[in-house]
Amino acid sequence: MDFVREIVTRYGGRESGLIAMLQDIQKRKGYLPEEDLALVASEVKIPLSRLFSLATFYKAFSLVPRGRHFINVCLGTACHVRGGMKILDKLERDLNIKSGETTPDNRFSLEKVRCVGCCGLAPVVVIDENFHGKMTQKKLDQVLKKYE
Amino acid sequence: MKTYRMHVLVCAGTACFSNRSMAIKTAMEKEIQKRGLEDEVQVIATGCNGFCERGPVAVVQPDDVFYQELKEEDIPFLVEEHFLKGRPVERLMYVPKPEEKPIPKMVDIDFFKYQRLVVLKNRGRIDPEKIEEYIAFDGYAGLAKALTSMTPEEIIKEIKISGLRGRGGAGFPTGLKWESCRNTPGKVKYLICNADEGDPGAYMDRSILEADPHAVLEGMIIGAKAIGARKGFIYVRDEYPLAVERIKIAIAQATAYGLLGKDILGKGFDFDVEVIRGGGAFVCGEETALMASIEGRVGRPRTRPPFPSEKGLWGKPTNNNNVETWANVPIIILRGGAWFSTLGTEKSKGTKVFSLVGKINNSGLVEVPMGIPLRDIVYKIGGGIPGGKKFKAVQSGGPSGGCIPESLLDLPVDYEELTKAGAIMGSGGLIVMDEDTCMVDVALYFVSFLAEESCGKCVPCRVGLQRMKEMLTAITEGRSQLKDIARLEALAKVIQEGSLCGLGRTAPNPVLTTLRYFRSEYEAHIQQKKCPAHVCRALITYRINPDACTGCGVCLKACPVNAISGEKKRPHTIDHALCTKCGSCKEVCRFDAVVVE
Repeated sequence: MDFVREIVTRYGGRESGLIAMLQDIQKRKGYLPEEDLALVASEVKIPLSRLFSLATFYKAFSLVPRGRHFINVCLGTACHVRGGMKILDKLERDLNIKSGETTPDNRFSLEKVRCVGCCGLAPVVVIDENFHGKMTQKKLDQVLKKYE
Repeated sequence: MKTYRMHVLVCAGTACFSNRSMAIKTAMEKEIQKRGLEDEVQVIATGCNGFCERGPVAVVQPDDVFYQELKEEDIPFLVEEHFLKGRPVERLMYVPKPEEKPIPKMVDIDFFKYQRLVVLKNRGRIDPEKIEEYIAFDGYAGLAKALTSMTPEEIIKEIKISGLRGRGGAGFPTGLKWESCRNTPGKVKYLICNADEGDPGAYMDRSILEADPHAVLEGMIIGAKAIGARKGFIYVRDEYPLAVERIKIAIAQATAYGLLGKDILGKGFDFDVEVIRGGGAFVCGEETALMASIEGRVGRPRTRPPFPSEKGLWGKPTNNNNVETWANVPIIILRGGAWFSTLGTEKSKGTKVFSLVGKINNSGLVEVPMGIPLRDIVYKIGGGIPGGKKFKAVQSGGPSGGCIPESLLDLPVDYEELTKAGAIMGSGGLIVMDEDTCMVDVALYFVSFLAEESCGKCVPCRVGLQRMKEMLTAITEGRSQLKDIARLEALAKVIQEGSLCGLGRTAPNPVLTTLRYFRSEYEAHIQQKKCPAHVCRALITYRINPDACTGCGVCLKACPVNAISGEKKRPHTIDHALCTKCGSCKEVCRFDAVVVE
């Protein structure tokens, strides 16, 4: 819990720093645990509901734990016209989960993102922090093997 | 400072970076050291070179040789041949078409030849993480001029003379915006750099921040002086980690050099910049929503007036400009507004950076003078459509923009002309579409995007976009009647007129422009229950052409639902009852035997 206090201090305990605080917790834990949010609320002296409204409004946040690897399928316009949907469909089919869900073995969480800004490589899949460009259904099998 | 006889500029923009360009750089340095060339050849990691399609790329100066699609195993040979023996390596050069000869020099390559670099002048030239390199190319000279020899009024006048207009989309004259904020009484004023580049298919701002972060900072400091602000914010997408890192480095360096912070250049002017990472909400690109987000609240727009120049961040006068707008400021101050206004058209001055992507041979980031015909961007710079396919449309302006058909390809690209065509300049995404792109599907794509990103505050946008999405889905699934087109148009009007902010007000544009230029595609979906581009899943079938099929069995193995059957070396068939139309078979077939109808 100390790290939550540290994060709150990092942004001066100010309300304008709330989103940054949540981002740092999200980065460290992979999601926003309720007890951490409660601590932020009491430290910054705001109602917990305000944090929930932020956590549910912004795409960067998740209230449930994510798997070991986080797959983000880009569905920006360039990826869309170059077949990004087919890549997402394949992942949903192969992993047997929908976008926004996590596999039962906790290996992968799947999410779609609206443009990661490397449209020259479309269609793009981002796994953890690695960009995989010019993706095909066939290449995807090889790529997934790298993430255990 | 050490002098080198050769500089190798390795692109470290996001696309090249993710294609392992840093490993290329390391391999080069290792090889250079091995051959004792470390005092002669310097390797520099630069911002986005622009030619993302061919990444990882590198440029060797002073020879101006452009290398592309580099692999680590190419490096020893390259270092020995070119760097040591002075013989450029042909097989790593750019070849426009298979039958043509490689083009050694960057200036001779069409993709670069027709561009005019003003904002991106430092791309692929300096190391964005070194302020010294920015300064060596006139960096912070505009700031020095503004702080030492100009009054705030004179700065604003210069920006007005330049004719610079906002590059974020709407094209509001920058000088006027600054003046109105300056003239609002108040001791505390704020400045914002909007780097929440949300349009899918657009990455200009990301590249500017990654390639030349100091230009953005310098522009902001000059703007702060003109407006009388002491504090600035850069609101940047958290999905752009490299841009966030580089701008933070730039801020630290500028502060260490006395160009930011207290008493800038000893002129008694204070200005600080803080980086705010966005939470991932498209609507935060709207300025009132963005300000709410900086204040730590949910990013929902509010009505205007009051405009931010009167009541902005924490109720104080605030001036907000987009990344590219800020990056234009230093050169305008340094070379004069009159010089800048010689570029471009009567009402749209200067250059514009576009991300040219989609079904185009040379995907990448291009900067062109305003007024250039769209055709030149697509064919001369972009190299046309891959695979001999037919051009269909260019989508400009993101979800608020529209699709421009072939008949309007000679349109000069500026704010007014694009608006006349039903699209907008927007932030600069140009997505090229070919005959395999279904325009109804594109309209549905944008409407779904916006329906998901609507903040929910006003009814026309929240409910209207949902209904619009349902109507378009019905068309793509062949469940519509012709009269639904009129209903779609009526709904579009309600959303345009009734929505609170720009997101809703422009949301119907992709639908209206596709209806205007590609109505026959809508009619084909509705009347013939056919998708002419073979995209909409409910209206297509996959079939194996028995004359082309060799019975190799690759598709049979690739099919995830076992819908393909057939004996080895005999034509295979697809069971339509099982087929999910995923396209796996078509992707793996080497004989083009899988047909979509």
